[in-house]
Amino acid sequence: MESSNGIEVEGLVREFKNGPRAVDGIDLRVRPGEIYGFLGPNGAGKSTTVHMLTTLLPPTAGRASVAGYDIVREGAAVRDVIGVALQDAALDLLLTGREHMKLQGGLHGLSPGEIKQRGDELLARVGLAEAADRRVGGYSGGMKRRLDLALALVHSPRILFLDEPTTGLDVQSRAALWDEVSGLARREGVTVFLTTQYLEEADSLADRVGIIHRGSIVAEGTPAALKAQIGRPTLEAVPAEADQVERLEGILSRFGDPLPVSNGSVAIRLSDGTEELADVVRGLDGEGIKVADLQLHAPSLDDVFLAKTGRSLEGAGDEQVAEEDTGEEHLQRHQPISGASAPSPEDPAEAARS
Amino acid sequence: MSARSTTPALRTQARYLAWRSVVRTMRQPIVIVPPLVFPLFLLAINASGLGAATNIPDFPTSSYLAFALAFPFMQGSIFATNTAGTNVAQDIGSGFFNRLALTPMSGPSLLVGQLTGVLLIGMLQAVAFLGAGLAAGASLQSGVLGAVVLFALSLSIAAAFGAIGLFAGLRTGSAEAVQGLFPLMFILLFLSSAALPRDLIASDWFQTVATINPVSYLIEGLRSLIITGWDAEALALGFGVAFAIFAIGLWASTLALRQRMVRT
Repeated sequence: MESSNGIEVEGLVREFKNGPRAVDGIDLRVRPGEIYGFLGPNGAGKSTTVHMLTTLLPPTAGRASVAGYDIVREGAAVRDVIGVALQDAALDLLLTGREHMKLQGGLHGLSPGEIKQRGDELLARVGLAEAADRRVGGYSGGMKRRLDLALALVHSPRILFLDEPTTGLDVQSRAALWDEVSGLARREGVTVFLTTQYLEEADSLADRVGIIHRGSIVAEGTPAALKAQIGRPTLEAVPAEADQVERLEGILSRFGDPLPVSNGSVAIRLSDGTEELADVVRGLDGEGIKVADLQLHAPSLDDVFLAKTGRSLEGAGDEQVAEEDTGEEHLQRHQPISGASAPSPEDPAEAARS
Repeated sequence: MSARSTTPALRTQARYLAWRSVVRTMRQPIVIVPPLVFPLFLLAINASGLGAATNIPDFPTSSYLAFALAFPFMQGSIFATNTAGTNVAQDIGSGFFNRLALTPMSGPSLLVGQLTGVLLIGMLQAVAFLGAGLAAGASLQSGVLGAVVLFALSLSIAAAFGAIGLFAGLRTGSAEAVQGLFPLMFILLFLSSAALPRDLIASDWFQTVATINPVSYLIEGLRSLIITGWDAEALALGFGVAFAIFAIGLWASTLALRQRMVRT
């Protein structure tokens, strides 16, 4: 296995007592400096995988190395080079942000001078300089997440594990965290292993995405490549005059296979991709058909998930959690039961700050 | 960005965890006030209501207040079980335990650190109880040096019961389960020689239970410094029993910690 900042996993399995395989023989490779998005619904095995890779849970079978260190035989060495922000920022509500930095830095062996310098730098970087001396019990959800990220970075890790870092955050807090994570990988070369149930997050942040379903990786690649596997974009048009639907269908069918739609619109899957769009517009213009609306739909990661698993990512977690008893109480934390739903609203003042 | 993490010495880790334990303790009045107030309250009731017990032939002192002064020290130590166990159970429940497990922190440093807050409360209690007792008219037969030994024994007992609490917290991961131990500890306290010297307990079964109850020897060690002076046997038994409970508690806590912290 390589001795870099990468992650290599071969046939990793985790079984819980009286339960199915939460992780069922996954293989993956994360390159140094890469942001790897691990996408899947609740109960798919994302957190179990993170717990194994971060040495908190021994695997039942298989092997994995993180930064070249074996996760079973060299757990302490792995912990030295990784930073981890687990699901639900676990913070001591009685301590301040700065006190958290002191404790985390101290336990990682930083000197008091380094703790102060690094702590101040990171608190400022995540926008918590002013709140640093306030007790964490008074922080909003977004502030806790940002402190959690800062704590994961206090000892300058080479590899960062983020387990659903934006779940429950408002849009602005989420965007700020994406910027920070992206900057860590691009500017500082930190390898990031990020689990998420948000398609948008995986799509916009990850260099490569692995889709996990029922403990197995069902697809892996760059977001663009995965979507390309699914194929061609669809085009949907609404005629300006309702009686032109049949004519519109006739013209569009020259450019692709018709798709079932409703509400007086016509849709096709383009035969040759987006390059045909100009020809479509010219064709409509040539036939004198006016359209009220014309939309091009690119394949999404949800389409990929649908194609690979037969169901949409949206809501898949609910079914999976209901079907499976993964025994993950062993991990001491539980994943949220909700599916890939929108984040809960948050303190507007916090949103404005971030 | 290069990793700067190094594994700090055990004492450095323990120092940081102890610092956290003290900060947490000082910021929770509910953790400090009841262990100070309730034992004093019970002392006042006992001293005023059971004073006639000193008329029993061979009662070892003419002041029931002095006799009963060991009781709040013991009762306060029982709170240590609750405090230590609840703190660690809350860390497990909140996931903070995982955060600590992801650092180079060692198990022993966690145990030592968690007990520090308990010892802080134990120290405050010892000062408050002795101060209140002396202010109310009791005297310390072993003198100033005896006060130092009294504090040492009191802290030893707090550490011993704190270790039991740590075990319960680590084993169950539940603050509620830890709090369930509290009544059990009180039963042990009341089935000891807390209210009467063992040889003056009239009921045979009670005397037998009090004799095999280790709490009796802890109380008698504390009490000897207040009403007797220097009783080597009572002190040896007191410190010995405290050390034994501490050793058993620490051993059990270490095993529970090993099971709980399953990191590779």
